[in-house]
Amino acid sequence: MFESTSALLRQFAALRSRADFWSLRHVRELGEHYRVRRNVALPPTFSEDSGAMLTVRIAGVEAYAATSDLTQAGLQAALERAEQMARALAGHALLEVHELPVPTGEADDVAPGYERPLAGPAHWYEVLGAESARVPRDARLVDWSAGLGVHCVEQIYLNSAGACLRRAQRFVYPALSVTAGDGHDSQTRSLGGFNFGQQGGAEVVDRLGLIGAAPRIADEALQLLLAPNTPGGPLDLLLMPDQMVLQIHESIGHPLELDRILGDERNYAGTSFVRLEDFGRYQYGSPLLDVTFDPGRPEELASYRHDDDGTPAQREYLIHRGILQRPLGGALSQLRSSLPGVACSRACSWNRAPIDRMANLNVEPGDRSLEQLIGGIERGILMSTNRSWSIDDARNKFQFGCEWGQLIENGELKGVVKNPNYRGISARFWRNLTAVGDADTVEVLGTPYCGKGEPNQAVRVGHASPACVFKNVDVFGGAA
Amino acid sequence: MDAREHFHDLLASLRPLLRAGENFTLDYRAEASEFVRFNQARVRQAGQVQQAYATLALYLGERHARFELSLSGVAEEDRSRLRHALERLRTVVPALAPDPYLRLNREPWRSESAEPGTIPDGAAVIGQIVDASTGLDLAGIYAAGPQYQGFASSWGALGWHAASSFNLDWSLFHANGQAVKSAYAGQCWDAQAFARRMASAREQLEYLGRPARTLAPGDYRAYLAPAALDEILDMLSGGFSAQALASGGSPLQRLFAGSARLSPLLTLDERIDGGLAPAFTSEGPRRDLRLLAGGLPGERLVGSRSAAEYGLSANGAGAHEYPLSPVVTGGALDECDILSRLDTGLYIGNLWYLNFSDRPAGRLTGMTRFATFWVENGRLQAPVNTMRFDDSVFSFLGPHLEALTREPEMILPSGTYGARQSGSRTLPGALLGRFTLTL
Repeated sequence: MFESTSALLRQFAALRSRADFWSLRHVRELGEHYRVRRNVALPPTFSEDSGAMLTVRIAGVEAYAATSDLTQAGLQAALERAEQMARALAGHALLEVHELPVPTGEADDVAPGYERPLAGPAHWYEVLGAESARVPRDARLVDWSAGLGVHCVEQIYLNSAGACLRRAQRFVYPALSVTAGDGHDSQTRSLGGFNFGQQGGAEVVDRLGLIGAAPRIADEALQLLLAPNTPGGPLDLLLMPDQMVLQIHESIGHPLELDRILGDERNYAGTSFVRLEDFGRYQYGSPLLDVTFDPGRPEELASYRHDDDGTPAQREYLIHRGILQRPLGGALSQLRSSLPGVACSRACSWNRAPIDRMANLNVEPGDRSLEQLIGGIERGILMSTNRSWSIDDARNKFQFGCEWGQLIENGELKGVVKNPNYRGISARFWRNLTAVGDADTVEVLGTPYCGKGEPNQAVRVGHASPACVFKNVDVFGGAA
Repeated sequence: MDAREHFHDLLASLRPLLRAGENFTLDYRAEASEFVRFNQARVRQAGQVQQAYATLALYLGERHARFELSLSGVAEEDRSRLRHALERLRTVVPALAPDPYLRLNREPWRSESAEPGTIPDGAAVIGQIVDASTGLDLAGIYAAGPQYQGFASSWGALGWHAASSFNLDWSLFHANGQAVKSAYAGQCWDAQAFARRMASAREQLEYLGRPARTLAPGDYRAYLAPAALDEILDMLSGGFSAQALASGGSPLQRLFAGSARLSPLLTLDERIDGGLAPAFTSEGPRRDLRLLAGGLPGERLVGSRSAAEYGLSANGAGAHEYPLSPVVTGGALDECDILSRLDTGLYIGNLWYLNFSDRPAGRLTGMTRFATFWVENGRLQAPVNTMRFDDSVFSFLGPHLEALTREPEMILPSGTYGARQSGSRTLPGALLGRFTLTL
């Protein structure tokens, strides 16, 4: 672990710069991917990616250069390119970063169990092959696969003020999906969809329920193929955690990103319906809504002690009892806006610069069991597992679709329906939150594919959520 | 080190390491990119990225595995990294199960192209952009620099593609929040051409100052500009994949099954000449393919793996079975007649954030974004507040597709996830008799 530390410290000390401040962020990421599709083992893929980003500040202007050449000459050349860029920006830069705090100190942030070795390819192919083989023989089951991705990431941050912040994390992504088709229609059922993964080791595979799940997933895919379309109209909506993940992400997480509110993302990811003056007063949701930025839950995908700019991370309420409290903004955005924020300046790897990102963004549990949530609905629908998402550039008008729908009548679960979709407006939707599931309904999920930024970056984000009920939602199905 | 030399040095170091019965393929991708992002017509964040990656695949009979590794650009270090990757693969491959669908193209082939560009240094471009946007609220990104792709195999394949390009992707914002999107991309930066595009964007911005109109959900006549139709094509592109069609994952499965139809106005080719993608993939040389012929299904994109799995013939598609330089044939609508033929309806400059609301039915949803106008009696009336559409391609690109513009426009991708995206899409604008808005 952290094998590069001594070499990097030596090299960093030997760098020569006329900048006011400079930093080096080194990232080394190892990956392995296994997949069994239709009972055939696909070839494994291994990866190793390492490089460093050098960032400088000269006369209040910041610029960076990233390189995979980690020799002394390579790092020095990158530092000089960054300096050259910073000087070229003089007079053209939007921001003046003289006042931006500089991280200091030393800290090691090693995820629990990081050093515990994982089994090799033979073991995982056996596990995945067994799971694939559990899919029953049925001509309507046209595709299925079981997979596992594992990524180990070590980051070392050094700066000219003497900081040395090291982080080591392992991310585990089990996957299972089955598609049923009849030549005209097809329906896919999966374990968690795109939002499935945790930090940890082999225990994640057990904890997320991969082993033994295939027969149920296959049966549900067949049920969906035979099911009627979701009926249209206003219904009470019970969202399970594997859809709440997406609902939180798109209609709370992105709108609260401070760099969007400050206009940085207007050309790509978009803006926000939230304004700077809304923090501290805006009624975002019903009084049942509590949302936290929580970097301290060990198994969640974006748990860390410092963000990628070196700011210490701590739990904060973003929304408390429905009232908007603070944005998702790192140190730079806090300086620009004079608003309090959180430690969420993050980069996807060594070759992209940190910007405001979601990290772990969680809905806090309430006091209702799942049975009570269902029992409290007279006419509604349960939706589970996101499969489609679309929202406007201000993160307001959304339309989301799920894999699995089940009608609820007079407090009881009824028939399965396919193509469950719903749409709404973020600014109103959360105010219709009428019941929040208790801790027993909470699942810790997340995605490695949160996209944003110019140049583009996909980062890991975590979302833990209970099941939740929303009243009077515009629900509809697919084509006839 | 020169990228081509770097690639050949890696190849030369790899060949003598092979043992009897072993074969390899080697993919190579590198770029030296300058990224400058803008907000409020000033530089928000700027830097440079130098990166190079290789993917080594080792084959032992029907067993194989891949190793993707970053390269330093230092020859000796990278030879060592490649050797380490080979050794790692050797510890894994013999124990793997044979792959019944391994049907690699083992013919020797060569393909080499280089498209040098003329790109001024970053400081000069930044100065031009900041000067040209004085008094405007501009947000966007400038990405530029050389990109390299290589492929080689122990069976005698050798492909190399080098190109130098730039892509300025920007929006101008009116004080009311409405915006117009523009792009200037190519291989030779021309200050006058850039100035003309900026002037055109500035002109459109004036229309956006009119009070915006909010539409009620319902069916509307609409014109999709090429950039908007491009978003639709992007969603459909994966639908030509042989695997997606065989496994229920294609939005075009009903078209290929004969139970749904597209407009006879639609012809779509995967065309190598004129496109900006390399003429090869890791599956071998690409081929020209007609994917849609007068609205009827044409070729599927068949990679070697799908060919083996489904008893088809591979046709030069890459392993991802995705068109790299698709071209939609133009129609009979002259640019100058767009508004008069639209008469009353929506002029949609861009669509955004598309996804499927019912994939097997070809039903899509997404948002209008940037320069969308309400048109009455052939005249632009007012910008339109963001609206959501939800409609089936078998409807709006089926019986409700009235015309395509005569001159297709080439659109270069501005995506930069992991690396700067290459390739191109060429397509006209589309006049629709009915397009359904829902929110």
